[in-house]
Amino acid sequence: MMVHLKPSSGAHVGAKSSVSQIMWQVMLALTPATVFGIWCFGWPALNLFVITVLSAVVFEAFCIRLAGRAAMPVILDGSAVLTGWLLAMTLPPWAPWWIGVVGSGLAIVLGKQVYGGLGQNLFNPAMLARVALLISFPIEMTTWANVSPLFFSDSPGLVESWRITFAGLENLDASTGATTLGYIKTEFSQNRLLTDILKDYSGFLDFIGWTRGSMGENSALLLGLGGVWLIRKGIIQWQIPVSLLLTVVLLSGVFHLIDSEHYVGPLLHLNSGAMMCLAFFIATDYVTSPNTKTGQLVFGSGCGLLIFVIRTWGAYPEGAGFAVLLMNSATPLIDHYIRPRIYGRDRKGKPLEIPKS
Amino acid sequence: MFLSESFRKIASDGLWNNNIVFGQNLALCPLLAVTGTATNGLGMGLATLVVITASNGLISLTRHLIPSEIRIPIFVLLIAALVTLVDILMNAWAHELYKVLGLFIALIVTNCALLGRAEAFASKQPVKEALWDGFMMGLGFLLVLVALGAAREISAAGTVFANASLLLGESFRFLEVTVIPNYKGFLLMALPPGGFIMLGFLIVGKRLIDQKLATRKVPVTVLTPVIVEEEL
Repeated sequence: MMVHLKPSSGAHVGAKSSVSQIMWQVMLALTPATVFGIWCFGWPALNLFVITVLSAVVFEAFCIRLAGRAAMPVILDGSAVLTGWLLAMTLPPWAPWWIGVVGSGLAIVLGKQVYGGLGQNLFNPAMLARVALLISFPIEMTTWANVSPLFFSDSPGLVESWRITFAGLENLDASTGATTLGYIKTEFSQNRLLTDILKDYSGFLDFIGWTRGSMGENSALLLGLGGVWLIRKGIIQWQIPVSLLLTVVLLSGVFHLIDSEHYVGPLLHLNSGAMMCLAFFIATDYVTSPNTKTGQLVFGSGCGLLIFVIRTWGAYPEGAGFAVLLMNSATPLIDHYIRPRIYGRDRKGKPLEIPKS
Repeated sequence: MFLSESFRKIASDGLWNNNIVFGQNLALCPLLAVTGTATNGLGMGLATLVVITASNGLISLTRHLIPSEIRIPIFVLLIAALVTLVDILMNAWAHELYKVLGLFIALIVTNCALLGRAEAFASKQPVKEALWDGFMMGLGFLLVLVALGAAREISAAGTVFANASLLLGESFRFLEVTVIPNYKGFLLMALPPGGFIMLGFLIVGKRLIDQKLATRKVPVTVLTPVIVEEEL
């Protein structure tokens, strides 16, 4: 029997995963850290989270409608929800509602849709919004609430939480303080030495997330676990997170060995700030990171280098957002110089010689 | 209308269709640098308006004397002479504004819009047209500077024409308006990135209006059904 196969198009391999599946899996990986963060900072954190995600979706729908397309399929791909979610993770948990709304507007409208939507943006939308907010509203963006877990006596009740989110926080000094990195930066400027500054510091509490900061900063453990799960599932590659974390560890290790009183050690660097969230969830953004594995190694170590430099010598205590934006802008350059080898050609693009038989 | 067809075309080109910023995308450096507030935009716009009108007139007047091989250096020299005059006059009569705008007044020399008008228009046209073109181009530029300055000032600080009386004299106090009272301030808009972002939005607005006008201008052709009797 003859089988006639008439190829109608080129041979393509179909991938099982779609955009929305990837987005939902990333969100699933973020869930433990988010739930823990909301528990740590109580109802105000939940209010801000809901407001930020909802307004991201509304802005996305508005932009898509403005372009004359149907909004529903674009929203269901989950990218706007994820952008809002990541942005909410980087905001101070007790920030007023308009920080979330303005941030979502910046992320979705200026960070994503003006370039043409998902896949076209130069910069990571959530980080772009965070940096713009930090520059524009320095006070609101650096007011960090104390850890006051839900269902405990010092956690604000539901009605109280609405007042914090919608009317603003009163009596700041009683319920807020500095993050670990911010505290170290301030104390360094008072000429104190590191062993003296870190007398009361507990690496373990910082590691599990019992510390002031945004939700994406507090639990290195849960964020790291979520990230490792994403690598196991094949959603993200190991190149960016590993090179990023390794660069920070190496640099801070060397400097800490040279002068342990003035340079923060590698463990504290990994534990605190947005390091884990950034390494696994933000720097690995498909759109704004290089395409090749070598390029991703360059990108990751560049991010790590910049984070270390900004944290150590910069004016801001945390430089993760700036570092990612700077490396995002270098991504086209990296992709230009580091290209994959074309099948049947050598690295320089010349055809391979065919051996004569 | 008292204006002839060609003069009206020059006016509409300068103010809207071929506007220095919106149409030609020139002069972006002073545009972004000095439009932190509407007052600064107005001051810069007025200085540029004076220089571009005078330079167009002067270049048109001398266009038959200028050898075409070295016309660009001569244009630059003429413009530089005029800018120096404006610079010294502003330093004398509007010192506060001069302190704010500072270097950017001198940099009108390198404003590519001026050289562009000299090369593209004034060196080929009679004096009257050239003066009119310079004035309209300058006016279009001034309006964009003020619009961008006002938009940035409102979003950054919630005011319009703040300190106008300090810079332009007491009689301009009526311009100072606080649009949004108790505004927190959106610092990004006062910084250079805010200039780019707001300029982007203004250009989008201009193009939207152009689109709307274009669809309105298309004559509506009504297809009247013609009933043709079928011949059998």
